[in-house]
Amino acid sequence: MYMNKDNAQRYTVGVLVDNEPGVLSRVSGLFFRRGFNIDSLAVGTTQDPEVSRITIVVRGDEQKIEQLVQQLYKLICVQKVQVMKPRNSVERQLLLVKVKAGITEREGLMRLVDIFKAKVLDVTKSSMVLQITGENDKIESLMSLLEDYGILELVRTGVVALERGEDVMTSDIFD
Amino acid sequence: MKLNGAAILIECLIEQEVGTVFGFPGGAVLPIYDELYKRMDRINHVLTAHEQHAGHAADGYARASGKTGVCIATSGPGATNLVTAIATAYMDSSPVVFVTGNVPQSLMGTDSFQEADISGMTMPITKHNYLVTNVDRLAETIREAFYIASTGRPGPVLIDIPKDVQLAETEYEPLSGPALIPLLSKKKPLAQLRPEGEALEQYKTKAEPRLEKASQLIAEAHRPLIYCGGGVTISGAQNELMALAARVDAPIVSTLMGLGAASASNDRMLGMLGMHGTHAANIAMQRCDLLIAVGVRFSDRALGDASKFAPNAKVLHIDIDRAEINKNVSTTLHITGDAKTVLELLLARVAQKQHAQWMQQARSMIEDYVNDDKFEPRKILKAMSQIAPQMTVATDVGQHQMWTAQHFPFIQPRQLISSGGLGTMGFGLGAAMGAAKSDPQGKPVALATGDGSFRMNLTELSTIGYYNIPVIVVIFNNGTLGMVRQWQTLFFGQRYSQTTLNRGPDFMKLADAYGLNGTRVDNVADFKAAFKAAYEAGKPCLIECMLDIDEMVAPMVAPGSPIDSFCLN
Repeated sequence: MYMNKDNAQRYTVGVLVDNEPGVLSRVSGLFFRRGFNIDSLAVGTTQDPEVSRITIVVRGDEQKIEQLVQQLYKLICVQKVQVMKPRNSVERQLLLVKVKAGITEREGLMRLVDIFKAKVLDVTKSSMVLQITGENDKIESLMSLLEDYGILELVRTGVVALERGEDVMTSDIFD
Repeated sequence: MKLNGAAILIECLIEQEVGTVFGFPGGAVLPIYDELYKRMDRINHVLTAHEQHAGHAADGYARASGKTGVCIATSGPGATNLVTAIATAYMDSSPVVFVTGNVPQSLMGTDSFQEADISGMTMPITKHNYLVTNVDRLAETIREAFYIASTGRPGPVLIDIPKDVQLAETEYEPLSGPALIPLLSKKKPLAQLRPEGEALEQYKTKAEPRLEKASQLIAEAHRPLIYCGGGVTISGAQNELMALAARVDAPIVSTLMGLGAASASNDRMLGMLGMHGTHAANIAMQRCDLLIAVGVRFSDRALGDASKFAPNAKVLHIDIDRAEINKNVSTTLHITGDAKTVLELLLARVAQKQHAQWMQQARSMIEDYVNDDKFEPRKILKAMSQIAPQMTVATDVGQHQMWTAQHFPFIQPRQLISSGGLGTMGFGLGAAMGAAKSDPQGKPVALATGDGSFRMNLTELSTIGYYNIPVIVVIFNNGTLGMVRQWQTLFFGQRYSQTTLNRGPDFMKLADAYGLNGTRVDNVADFKAAFKAAYEAGKPCLIECMLDIDEMVAPMVAPGSPIDSFCLN
């Protein structure tokens, strides 16, 4: 009756929490002390000003994720937890990046902006600030291409995700 | 009526029918102690020598009575001194409300005098905690705190109240009965300690398929074993557990926290399981084909090598905390819910079974001890149990704790008060004091402690002396930190690094200094006489038992070994 601890997978977890001071600290503290590795974390208020939504990307096997969900539910500030099925959800993150862009680089960069449906937010004689939204793979590949131009500064949000269809956060995958 | 925050706090404690609070005053709780002073006819306060032991006392009060304990301390060091007590209560699911004062909000975040972020510090060791920033929210917060502490899987809740909130005034309306259940319970339905009425009907419908499967597992089993934990005590499910054992015709093993709920007077009880478990319990665990685990969390001290634990068994796990399911051991089937409720529902559908051969096999492993004249720990405990079989016994942590668990036959729930999860040396005297204060009849409570543990809390002798709290302190004095020495003997080549306590104090002089009666004994007859006299006197006192430095706790399973592979018999 031993627990099998292999088979780490990537899970996206949505958590509805009370919009109160200290909530993020309670949630992230739980991840830390129970030994869950967070790939990404994003938090913001929802249409209900008393509720915030946290999206967490985490790695683990099914048993570990089950533990995580149940431990989250023990926090008084947590209202709902949903583990999203990858095929049945949409997820995005946003990247802002400042790249070296002198007169010689500008044209090549603009081509990349076009291909990746990025936006130019700022241009100077020697630099550009670009914005891109998308899934993790798209962001990673743009970043690797931009390395050739010289990345001066970079910031990205955590992943945010919603399930497809008209269902809203109600169901738990674990009974 | 219009009251300040400090007065609202005390009124809310009275609302919750708190009889006794434990605490220690200070700058940031002056308004609270002032309002307490005005209400001394309606609520008792026990002043300890140190905040930690006030915390353990509130915990002991809760464990012995099942009611929520309350402890008050000031900001900064007062609050940080509570941390060990809070963690101790958290690990053993004990309902305690800790109240701390804090500096005024105008000074918070400025590193002001005696300022500490106690709500930040205690997040990982409380079921929930609060920093109250507005006096209008105070009464509801206190009601929430009591509700959270005592429902579902109980646990400690901390309320940090800045001094300006204690002084600010607002309208307060006293409530009682069901009106005390906070709005929170509707917003977020926490698991009730015991569902009733409509909630029970809903629960029954939901649990139905699992109950059906559980009764199938039981019907198919040939060697069922019941594994009783602290959850049975908390739920008050001891009778249902015994009834199920009789119905299934199964032997019972218990965790440290389950002792007493699984009564030693029952023939089915094989004793404690795990690292210092009995042969009978550990071997039955390895042989059973169905493990019915009730109110347990499969602690590593009970499991040994988790991969070789109960290798032949299907596991049916009943617990109120869903997060305990599949945490340390994979279960075949689980039923989440209050132990008493689940066992009642299960009893209604399980048919009478006969497993005479298995019962006889399991019981045949119970061992007898040789009787000789040597002054040994188990004889002390046997003598105690003969003189006062129903007495509440608190312990500290170490060898004496395991000896107590093994050799004092606990026959009712809440009879053993011990720090199981955190293993807090220094827990005992405060806990014993709290347990004694929770008993309306004022019966004496025994504290089994070691010379090592006792040195961590002996300042509280002044407290039990001053308030005449009937705690009989029995010191198992072997002149060493015995459990550490035992590991040094077995696993570290007898290199006794920093464990020999050849440095006093003279416990008889110490008792005298605190105005208590002290007796030193080195044989069973003298111990019996001293303990009997102490029990009948019903006054705080101290009995020091002089033991051999090389006494060991046996049986023993080395950490991480399968629990039927004993390294010490």
